[in-house]
Amino acid sequence: MKITYDWLKDHLKISAKEDKLLEKLTDIGLEVESIEKLYEGLDLFKVAKIIKTEKHPNADRLKVCDVKVGNKEIKKVVCGAANAREGLLTVYAPPGAIIPKNKTKLVVAKIRNVTSYGMLCSESELNLSDESDGITELSSFKYEKNIGKSYFSKPSSNLIDLSITPNRPDCLGVRGIARDLSAAGFGNLKPEKDKKIKSNKKQTLKVKITKERNQGCLSFGSCLITNVKNIESPQWLKDKLISVGQKPISAIVDITNYVMIDINRPLHAYDADKIEKGIIVRNSKLGEEFTALDNKNYKLDDGMCVISDNKGVLGLGGIIGGTRSGTELDTKNVLLESAYFDPRSIRKTAKKLTIDTDAKFRFERGIDPLSIEDGLNKAAFLIKEICGGEISKIDIQKIETYKNKIIKFEPKIFEKITGFKISTKEMIIILEKLGFKLKKEKKFFKLSVPSWRPDIVQEIDIVEELVRISGYQKIKIENPIKERSKKTLNPTQKLFHFLQRAVASKGYLEAITWSFTDTKYNDHFKEANKEIKIVNPISSELGVLRNSIFSNLVMYTSKNLDRGIKDLSIFEIGPIFYGSQPGDQNTVVCGLSAGKKSRLSWIEKERNKDVFDIKRDVIQTLVEAGYDSEKFYIDDVNPNYYHPGKSGRIFLNKGKDKVAAYFGEIHPNIIKKLDIKTESLVGFEIFLDNLKLSKKPLKDQKSKYLVSDFQKSERDFAFIVDRKVNVQDLVSVISSIDKNLISNIKVFDVYEGDNIPKNQKSIAISVTIQSFEKTLSDNDLEKINNLIIETVENKTGAKIRS
Amino acid sequence: MSEIKNIRDQFILKLGDDLSIDQINEIKTELFGKNGLISLKFKTIGSIPETERKKFASDLNQVKDELQNLITSKINEIEEKKINEKLEQEKVDITLPERPFVRGKVHPVSQTIDEISSIFSEIGFSVEEGPDVENEYNNFTALNTPDNHPARDMHDTFYLDENKEVLLRTHTSPVQIRTMLKDKPPFKIIAPGRTYRSDSDQTHAPMFHQVEGLHIDRNINMGHLKGCLNYFIKEFFEVEKIKMRFRPSHFPFTEPSAEVDIGYEIKDGKIIIGEGDKWLEILGCGMVHPNVLRNVKVNPSKYQGYAFGIGIDRLAMLKYGINDLRAFFDCDYRWLNHFGFDPLDVPSNYRGLSR
Repeated sequence: MKITYDWLKDHLKISAKEDKLLEKLTDIGLEVESIEKLYEGLDLFKVAKIIKTEKHPNADRLKVCDVKVGNKEIKKVVCGAANAREGLLTVYAPPGAIIPKNKTKLVVAKIRNVTSYGMLCSESELNLSDESDGITELSSFKYEKNIGKSYFSKPSSNLIDLSITPNRPDCLGVRGIARDLSAAGFGNLKPEKDKKIKSNKKQTLKVKITKERNQGCLSFGSCLITNVKNIESPQWLKDKLISVGQKPISAIVDITNYVMIDINRPLHAYDADKIEKGIIVRNSKLGEEFTALDNKNYKLDDGMCVISDNKGVLGLGGIIGGTRSGTELDTKNVLLESAYFDPRSIRKTAKKLTIDTDAKFRFERGIDPLSIEDGLNKAAFLIKEICGGEISKIDIQKIETYKNKIIKFEPKIFEKITGFKISTKEMIIILEKLGFKLKKEKKFFKLSVPSWRPDIVQEIDIVEELVRISGYQKIKIENPIKERSKKTLNPTQKLFHFLQRAVASKGYLEAITWSFTDTKYNDHFKEANKEIKIVNPISSELGVLRNSIFSNLVMYTSKNLDRGIKDLSIFEIGPIFYGSQPGDQNTVVCGLSAGKKSRLSWIEKERNKDVFDIKRDVIQTLVEAGYDSEKFYIDDVNPNYYHPGKSGRIFLNKGKDKVAAYFGEIHPNIIKKLDIKTESLVGFEIFLDNLKLSKKPLKDQKSKYLVSDFQKSERDFAFIVDRKVNVQDLVSVISSIDKNLISNIKVFDVYEGDNIPKNQKSIAISVTIQSFEKTLSDNDLEKINNLIIETVENKTGAKIRS
Repeated sequence: MSEIKNIRDQFILKLGDDLSIDQINEIKTELFGKNGLISLKFKTIGSIPETERKKFASDLNQVKDELQNLITSKINEIEEKKINEKLEQEKVDITLPERPFVRGKVHPVSQTIDEISSIFSEIGFSVEEGPDVENEYNNFTALNTPDNHPARDMHDTFYLDENKEVLLRTHTSPVQIRTMLKDKPPFKIIAPGRTYRSDSDQTHAPMFHQVEGLHIDRNINMGHLKGCLNYFIKEFFEVEKIKMRFRPSHFPFTEPSAEVDIGYEIKDGKIIIGEGDKWLEILGCGMVHPNVLRNVKVNPSKYQGYAFGIGIDRLAMLKYGINDLRAFFDCDYRWLNHFGFDPLDVPSNYRGLSR
C-alpha cells in the first residue's frame, strides 16, 4: 500500500515530522517497507516553448529545435517527435535530469553531429500516462506564463510503501491508516464531511441480484450520472494519483481510483449506454466468455460471480470489468457500481482464472460492507464537479443485510496474555478510536466491531488491538528458567547427530542438497520405488522427490569434478522418499567418494579409492556408533546401482535386522551414462531407521572388564578353498570353535593364481590363542591347532596348505 | 697393595688412550678374563695372612669396580659416538610434507542447528520432528489458515497431488500440530527442519531451514516470549548486549503476532550484531491462536503460550558472514570446505557454542 504523508493529512490532524510517522507506523504493525523520494530531481523538468524548428542536417526524421526554457534562455535540442513544432508548449529536461520512466540520466549529447542540450519529454517518459507517441503538449492558455518554471508541482511528501498484512483490508485505504494512527495517539482523525446525494432522479437502469446458491454478490449499490463530459483530470487529482505512483487516465477512472485508495472502496464505472437494458448479477455458466479490461479473453466456468446484461457478461464482479461497457473519453452517461462481494468467491474465481487486480486484492481481504453508499457519494460528487452531469438516487440491491459482530471482552484477559496492565480507561479510548462501539457491563465490555474490520471475531483479537496500539515495547521481559524436565534429544536424534559427525570425521564434507531432484539422475537410483512427482516444480530439473540421496550427490560430485577437484568425499544426512504420503520417508546417511588416495604424494603410493576404503568408513562409523562388529553380517545382494561384484550390504545381526547399510563401487554403466570423469567412484548408504537403538543408556552398556595375562600364541594357517567360499564364513567357523581360547583372527593374505588349482584360492589366517585360566602347554596348543584344521576342512571343504 | 695399585695405574693409563671396542675388550680379558690380572689376584686372597686379608680384598674390589666402570663407560662412549655418527647419516628433510590426511567438515546449517538446540536445551526445550511431506490440514487448516484465505498466498507451496491435499511443508509449524495432537500439555519444544516454498531467486531458495518453537502451559504470556527470544538471540550471537525490537505483525496461527528485529551496524564491511541503528528482521512469533489450540483439543481457557519460527539459514549467514543463501545448497566442495565446521567442534553448554 503506497501512501504519502500529505494524503494522510487529508484525514489526520497532525504536525509531527515524517520520521516520527514512519516510526509510529512500524510500531503499530503497519510495516514501512520503503521510502521513495518521488519528487527528487523532478524540479529540473521545466515548462518550455519551441520557438523554431529546423530539419536535422544528417537525419530525415530528426529536428533541431530552439527551445525557450527561461526568460531569455534558449537551448538547442534535437527531437524526433512528429508533433514537435514551432509554438508548442512542452516539458523540457536539461542535462543532469533523470527520466522518471527509465531512470536514465541525461547528458549533453551529439546526435548525428548536432549537439543536443537536454530533451523534450513524452508523457510516457514522465510517467504521466502511457502516451509515448510524440512529446507532451501543454495548453498555451494555462502554461504560457509558466515558461521556465518547474513543470511538476512543488515537491510534496515522500512515497511511503507499507506492507499491509492480509488481515487488515481497512488499511488498504488512507483513511484506515489515519484511524489506526489516531488511535495510537498520533494526530486526530478528521470527521468525514462528504455530502449525501439528494436527488429526485431515479436510477433507471434496473439491477437484479439473482438468488442462487453461492451467489458471490451480497449487495450491489449503483448510481447513474447522466450528461457527463469525461475529460482529463484536474491537476490536483493527477498530482494526488501520481504521488502514490498511479497513472492518471481520465477523470472518471481517476476518480474511482482515488476513492479506492482514499477509503478502500473499489468502484466500477460503466458506460451506461453500452448496457443492454439492465444489470443482472448472477453465476456464470460454463463456457461463457468475455474480454476484460486487460484485453484478455476469459472463458468462464460454472458459478463465477458475473455482472451481466441481456447480451452477456460485462465483467467479473469485484475482479475486473469488461471492454464492452468500459468508459471512454466520449462516455456521456455513467453507471457507478459500489458492491460487496464475498471474499471466498472472489478468491476462488481469481485463482481459477489467474487474474490479479487491485480490486480482487481488496475484495478477497474483505471490503467494508457499509461503505457502499459512502463510496457512491464521494465519487458521484467528484464526477459532477469535474465532468458535470446529473446524479440519480442511489439504488441498492441486496440479498443479505450486514450486522455488526458483537464480542464480549473481559478486560482482565489482557494482562493474562500480555503480562502487563493498562487501565480500562485507556482500553476504552483505544477501542473507541478504532471505531468500536462499547457498552460497559459488569465484568466485561460488550463491543460492536466496526464493519471495516473483518479480522476481528473473538476476544483474543481485541487483546491484539490493545497491545498493538499501546505498544509492544511495554511487554516486560520475563527471563527464562534454566530447568529441564525432558531430555533434549531422543535416542534416534542422538544417533542422527552422532552419525553426522562420525562420517564427517572420516574426511567427508557434509552437503545439504534439495529434497527434490532431476529424474535424469534419480532414475538410476530409484530401483523399484515409484517416482514421486511434484505437481508444480520450480523447474523440470527439480521435478521429483529423491528416492535416494545418490541422485543429488552423484550430480554434485560430477560438478565438483568438472571444477577440477579430483579427489573428494561428500556426504549428506537427510530424508529419502518412497511414497507421497506424510511419513513415507526414511533418514539416510549417504556418502560418495571419488578419485584417488594419496594422489601425487612423495611418500605414499597413489591408488584408486576402492570398495574396501568405503567399507572401512561404513564399518568404522557403525562401530563408533556402538554396534558390535563381531555380530555384523555382510553379503553381496545389492541394488543395481552398485557394481555387482564390488559391493555389499551390512546387517547388524544376521537374519534379525533390516539392512543397516549398503556400500560399494557405483555401477560403471551409470558412471558412463552420466559422464562422470573420475578414476573411481565409491559410495555408501546407512539407513538410520533400520539401526536398532540400544535400550540401555551408555552407562549400562559397558560389559565386564575381562583380560588375560597368560601367555598368548599366534598360529598361522593357510587354507586352499573353493573360490566361492567367503572369508567371513571361514572366520566364523574358526571363531566358533572355542570362544574362550580363540581371542583374535586376522586374515593376512588372499591369493589366487600360480600353484593354486583353478577356481580355488589360498587364504592365510593368523589365529591368536589365549586362555583366561593358564599358560597353554605345547600339547594344548597342538590340540587346538588340529581342531582348527579339522573343523575348517570339514565345514568348508578347505584343505590345509602344506 | 702396591701391586694392585700398579695394575690400576697402568690400566687407567692404557684406557686413557683412543681405543677401539676390540682393544677395550682385549683389555677387559687381560684384566677380568679367566687368567686376567685381577681375576688372578682374587684367587690369591686365600693365601694372604688373615690380618691383611680384609684390607687386601677391599682394595682389590675397589680397583676392580673402578676399572670395570671405566671400561663400561668407555664402551658406552664409543657406542654412543657410533650411533650419533649413524644418526647424522639418517637425517631427513623434515620440511617435507607429512603423510596425506583428509579432513571432513560439518555443514554450517547443521552446526547452527546444533547451536540452537544447545541453547534451547538449557532452558528446557526438547527437540521434536515431523515429516517433510505434510497434509494440507496440518500445514494450513489446523494452523488457522483455511483454504481461500489470502494468508495462503504468503506461502508458495509445492504440491504432490492435483487436489492440493499433500504438499511439502511450507514451514515447521505443522510439527506444533503433530506434537500437540500426540501429547498432553504442557508443551515445550523446538522443531528444526527442512521447509519448502516454490520461489527461487537470489535471496530465496526452494528449500530452506526453520526452527519452530512452542511453549504452552497455564500462564505463559508475551513477557515469557520476549524473555525466551531475548535469551536465545544473546546466546546465539555470543554477545553481552542485544538490541531487539518487537513489531506487531500478522500470522494466522498466532495472535497477537510479532516480528522481531535485531539492531546491527556495518563496520569495515562486516555486520556487527547488537549495535548500531539499523534493524534486521530475523523471526516471526506470537501467542498461539486459540483456534489452533482448539484444533488440537487443548482448552484455550486453561492453556496458553507462544510459538516462534526462525529461519536457520539466515541466522547462519548472519553469524558466520555468509552472503549468498543459494551457496548453502550448491554443494561446491570449496565452499563446503571453507564454511564447514570441524566435526570435533560440537556446540555444547559447558564448553561454549563455538571456539
